[in-house]
Amino acid sequence: MDKKFGIREVVAIGIGTALFVVLTEVQIPLGFVPNTSLQPRMAVLAFLSAIFGPVVGAIIGLLGHALGDALFYGSVWWSWVFPEAVVGIGIGIFAKKFAVRDGGFDKKNIVLFNVAQVVSNALAWILLAPVLDIFVYAEPANKVFVQGAFAFLGNIIIIGVLGSILLAAYSKIAGQSSSLKKED
Amino acid sequence: MDPIISFKDFSFKYRAQQEPSLTDINLQINPGEKILITGPSGCGKSTLAHCINALNPCSFRGETKGTLLVDGVMPEKEGVFGMSKRVGTVLQDTNGQFIGLTVAEDMAFALENDATPQEEMFHKVDRVADIVDMQHFLHHSPSELSGGQKQRVSMGGVLVDDVKILLFDEPLANLDPATGKTTIALIDDICRQEKVTVIIIEHRLEDVLYRDVDRIVVMNDGRIVADQRPDDLLCTDVLTKIGVREPLYVTAIKHAGCTISPADHPQHIETMNVEPYKEKVRGWFEQTKTPVRENNAPYALEVEDLSFAYNPREPVLQHISLRIRKGEMVSIVGKNGAGKSTLASLILGFYVPQSGMIRLNGKDISPLSVKERGEKIGLVMQSPDQMISKPMIAEEVGLGLAVRGVPADEIEKRVNDTLRICGLYPMRHWPVSALSFGQKKRVSIASILVMNPEIIILDEPTAGQDYRHYTEIMEFLRKLNRELGLTILMITHDMHLMLEYTDRAIVLADGQLLADDTPARILTNEEISNRAYLKKTSLYDLAVKCGIGRPDEFAERFIAFDREHGHADALGSSAESAAEREDRQDSVDA
Amino acid sequence: MNRLLSYEEKNTWLHHLSGITKLLFFLIWCFTSALTYDTRVLLVMIAVSVVLYIMSGTRWQQVSTVFGFIMVFMVLNLVAIFIFSPYQGTQIYGTKTVLTAFLPGHAITREELFYLFNVMIKYFTVVPSVFIFMVTTNPSEFAASMNRIGVPYTISYSVALALRYIPDVQSDYRRIRNAQEARGIEMSAKAKLKDRIRRTSSIIFPLLFSAMDHIDVVSNAMELRGFGKKKKRTWYAYRKLEPMDYAVLAATVLFSAAALIITFADGNRFWNPWG
Repeated sequence: MDKKFGIREVVAIGIGTALFVVLTEVQIPLGFVPNTSLQPRMAVLAFLSAIFGPVVGAIIGLLGHALGDALFYGSVWWSWVFPEAVVGIGIGIFAKKFAVRDGGFDKKNIVLFNVAQVVSNALAWILLAPVLDIFVYAEPANKVFVQGAFAFLGNIIIIGVLGSILLAAYSKIAGQSSSLKKED
Repeated sequence: MDPIISFKDFSFKYRAQQEPSLTDINLQINPGEKILITGPSGCGKSTLAHCINALNPCSFRGETKGTLLVDGVMPEKEGVFGMSKRVGTVLQDTNGQFIGLTVAEDMAFALENDATPQEEMFHKVDRVADIVDMQHFLHHSPSELSGGQKQRVSMGGVLVDDVKILLFDEPLANLDPATGKTTIALIDDICRQEKVTVIIIEHRLEDVLYRDVDRIVVMNDGRIVADQRPDDLLCTDVLTKIGVREPLYVTAIKHAGCTISPADHPQHIETMNVEPYKEKVRGWFEQTKTPVRENNAPYALEVEDLSFAYNPREPVLQHISLRIRKGEMVSIVGKNGAGKSTLASLILGFYVPQSGMIRLNGKDISPLSVKERGEKIGLVMQSPDQMISKPMIAEEVGLGLAVRGVPADEIEKRVNDTLRICGLYPMRHWPVSALSFGQKKRVSIASILVMNPEIIILDEPTAGQDYRHYTEIMEFLRKLNRELGLTILMITHDMHLMLEYTDRAIVLADGQLLADDTPARILTNEEISNRAYLKKTSLYDLAVKCGIGRPDEFAERFIAFDREHGHADALGSSAESAAEREDRQDSVDA
Repeated sequence: MNRLLSYEEKNTWLHHLSGITKLLFFLIWCFTSALTYDTRVLLVMIAVSVVLYIMSGTRWQQVSTVFGFIMVFMVLNLVAIFIFSPYQGTQIYGTKTVLTAFLPGHAITREELFYLFNVMIKYFTVVPSVFIFMVTTNPSEFAASMNRIGVPYTISYSVALALRYIPDVQSDYRRIRNAQEARGIEMSAKAKLKDRIRRTSSIIFPLLFSAMDHIDVVSNAMELRGFGKKKKRTWYAYRKLEPMDYAVLAATVLFSAAALIITFADGNRFWNPWG
């Protein structure tokens, strides 16, 4: 069980990807820019990356985005698939530090988590996605950078709010305190 | 003959626990034996099973003392992989155990992991599919299968490994009574034909005893308290003392004042010799009165000629009409896919019916939205984990009010009132995760009650619960019903629940209303029972064998009598806290 | 009810191809379509896609909902490109032929329209191949063949698990959403952003946390049945590559190479009808 890539990780990728794909249909619209709205599935990706680490995070991101796009929208926008892995990795490398399952997700870790998510989202959506869009699809630069910026904004909001809430709550649950007293 | 499983002075303690979960276990099981291990939740029966397949201590850390030999090896040394070649485990959660994309692949899973050549896999899977009678479903996906079929696949999946021991962890927990019966028959056939040793962990004793078992091992508080042949065990009071339900006919004979003798073979009512008890049972029947229940309250819910289909060629519900009075407790029964959940979904407004009408307090509710209906009709899902969305209890219970914009101080007052009713007030500042399953269930009920609904609908309120938890949950619901005048509808396939706690049962089969009658009458009617995948109650057989002409009356009187005299055992306060303690242990296990 | 694309068993030659053949075809096809802006190549690709789509026997109802989505997305994207970069076409093709003035700074040019036309037909080259891939590929066989071309079996199996659990998670999601809606927690309701996130969390919370429990159950079940004990594993659903698979792969690679050679013959990826 303590192996680096054990059964639990395999299952986490499988079920995590399924969650990510299913939640594709849940969108909280943000503005009138195509392909940009708050995506709760990003919070789930961040959550799973923070618990299971960068490899699991990266694969859920890649696979989930590609499958979700294909299943729901019938096309795969590859330049936006790869950045998803960057987010998974960027958050996942701190998984050990977060120690979510041991109840270690405290205020300090919430800050670290958010720094990590903002940086990796910036890399993914402000840098990588638009650059890929330009090189692979030859889309106009200003359009893709604006799109990227909106995606960045939406993702840091949803991960910052929902992701942090989910992790803090789960950490509280997983690392149970034994000092509970009944009150009158 | 050497035993295939042998525990000697064996103890086991989970790393996270103070007290050992198994103490001084001495148990020998011979090859080819069929053993039932029973006991209340948390008695250690699952821990014992996990020691046999090496999940303890290899996956769930802990310390062992004493010796355990399984098929000549020590599981602890052999590890989970090593033991999987000798012991096939069929888990309670058959959907969780179904890993493959199709039936054939799932059955081949262990072979695949062993890098078995493909040709050989085809061959073995075909053979095993034959044994579990799934040969016509090889390419079906899990979503196309019923619970019983998934369980067959799980059995096939462990049989491919030519295991010597089959371990069933609560095989009946998620099945309807009729399917449970078939499962027990199948396990029995496999045991005889494949010459494997079978261990069944289950608290639904009567259902397991549908076919012979060689011995019953009874556990309580981590110790073995009895290890006897069924005929002997049923004549003692061991089971009732620790809160495991005896077969109903046994209880009935005991209520009549008889002492049962092993020589009369009480293991099966069909073959039991009831001659010595006949007179007393008949006498008891004459003396006891049928409870009179009358309810003339106005109708709370009326469903009139309701039909629904996802697509016109496959109707899910056809022309359903029923009426529920205020303050009634009613069960909705029928096999999976009969339309029970669809009916609830239509009442709650998740789906729109093709035709027909639903009235609440005489008023058509078709103009009401899901949210508006939700204020009057509450829905409690089967798994509390699927409902609870806040980490803290008080917050969770108040959620429905908060989203409706109720002021904070009123929320607090109503939440506290509700928590008091539900017995959760002392724990109001606890995280939900610190609660036992039964308490979580109460939280999910409280979060509905707080909105003052007139009707609540519960989906399988007691699925997978042992007698003690079952009684705890159901007595709580009865209290709500009596004290708050709440109308309660329960979707269930638990026959005991029907009999003991509901005034009326509505039976659906293939989308049609099959019967609407007292549970006692339904469960003593063979034709209806069969069509609804229920099982005729053993009280019926007892009544017939004793020459009582009105078996349904007999069942009714028994239930009323048992309710007054029998339930105290299951609700003993010490027993309850033990159950809760053990529940927490279960959550540590997971 | 089910608007997701899903595998449907049928007896066409496309269904008989190995999953990996179709995946490679799909990837190369996407790659080629992304790189080329040569209208002639794109039109040929559309023709090939449509023929393959018809051969796959896919019913229109299976894909119509998803197709609708794509169309909406496509139109939004085209509009966005025009708003942000009305003279992208001019930059590419080097000429500016104004058709109407339209809005200040946003004249409609022949070059822009042609560029947008190319962007649009790129969608139509890819969409049928996605449909074909999703609808004709047996997920079990697909995971098996992924492993055979060198993807570690742990990863291949997690793909299989993802496909296994999507329907389960989806029905859990629907049930949870319904039950929460009955409690008054609606996701669709008009509300402030903060409240909407909070409501969404009320649905994701139970979904995610029961999934975490489920991960434990499934891990145990897999361990009990020996997953991961050997370096290699075989697959019940594996199918050997047939000559047809090799033929399709060879044809795909040749086609793609030819397409790219034709595209880049004039030094860039665009084809200029006016130059």
